[in-house]
Amino acid sequence: MKCPECEGDIDVPADALEGEIVTCPDCGVSFEVHKKRDGATELRPAQIEGEDWGE
Amino acid sequence: MKITMMYDVVRTEEKMLVDAAQRKGVNLNLQRSEDIYFDLQKDYSKEFGDIVLQRCVSYFRSIHLTAALEYSGIRVVNGLREATTAGNKLNTTLALIRAKVPVPHTYLAFNQEASLKALEELGYPAVLKPTVGSWGRLIAMLKDPETAESILEDREYMFPIYQVYYLQERVKRPPRDIRAFVIGDRVVAAIYRVSAEGVWKTNTARGGRAENCPITPELEDICLRAAGAVGEGIFGVDCMESPGGLVVHEVNNTIEFRNTVPATGVDIPGLIFDYLVSLKR
Repeated sequence: MKCPECEGDIDVPADALEGEIVTCPDCGVSFEVHKKRDGATELRPAQIEGEDWGE
Repeated sequence: MKITMMYDVVRTEEKMLVDAAQRKGVNLNLQRSEDIYFDLQKDYSKEFGDIVLQRCVSYFRSIHLTAALEYSGIRVVNGLREATTAGNKLNTTLALIRAKVPVPHTYLAFNQEASLKALEELGYPAVLKPTVGSWGRLIAMLKDPETAESILEDREYMFPIYQVYYLQERVKRPPRDIRAFVIGDRVVAAIYRVSAEGVWKTNTARGGRAENCPITPELEDICLRAAGAVGEGIFGVDCMESPGGLVVHEVNNTIEFRNTVPATGVDIPGLIFDYLVSLKR
């Protein structure tokens, strides 16, 4: 898929889970894999680590 | 048996769990927390299968979601009691003290002046920890009264939860601590978390290295008692090797195991599903 930031090529695995993080090898920006209702895959900006994240 | 895994971010652990569910023949339903909403008057007891495995990385989202699910009659692992006890260091320490599990000497205070008085009694160096927080965030070493005063002053300008001062003795320990994994009534694996070069915190999220740790009878006993003090479920018990023996400083609620599985060879995600399946019987 094309990186929404730099248009570099991002390899999204066919079995990627909803919410899985992929990173653009060119610009280093991370995205979440999102599956649309029609089954198509899109990339959304990844969530930034929250203050309450952790174990 | 159908298990729902509730999550908000797919980390390595969630992928390992998906893989383990396939290996174990478990019917796993993946539910992203962001995609759902609840009518609190509605009965959802049939909608999430037999058990919900709570894997949200966001603590506040996790406990509110667990509350909504549990009050709707759904079995959640870990449950609300466990999540709120383990998710707050003060609640954990109080539960451990009540269960007579050895813990580092700890004080509680609510402003700078009272904290400095508490620190005089506790002695320096001491450690200031937020009651809610993970991965070593905002944990500060208070080497002397001047450092304490500066750091406490900073906290006075932060969100009120950071003005709940949880002050703990600095335990004289080797440059490592122990993370033991308790699933149900078993300690299944343990690692030493060795501090990265020049870092005093041992969190693997802060560069700490995982090494296999033998499960001695002493470690097993203290970890099972610590987990039991918090409740029933899946826990990561953190211990320090103090001069007087092991002390427990934390019990973790949503365990991370990506570094532990290769260090110990223990199939933690597989054991999690074995445990969940056993709860149905």
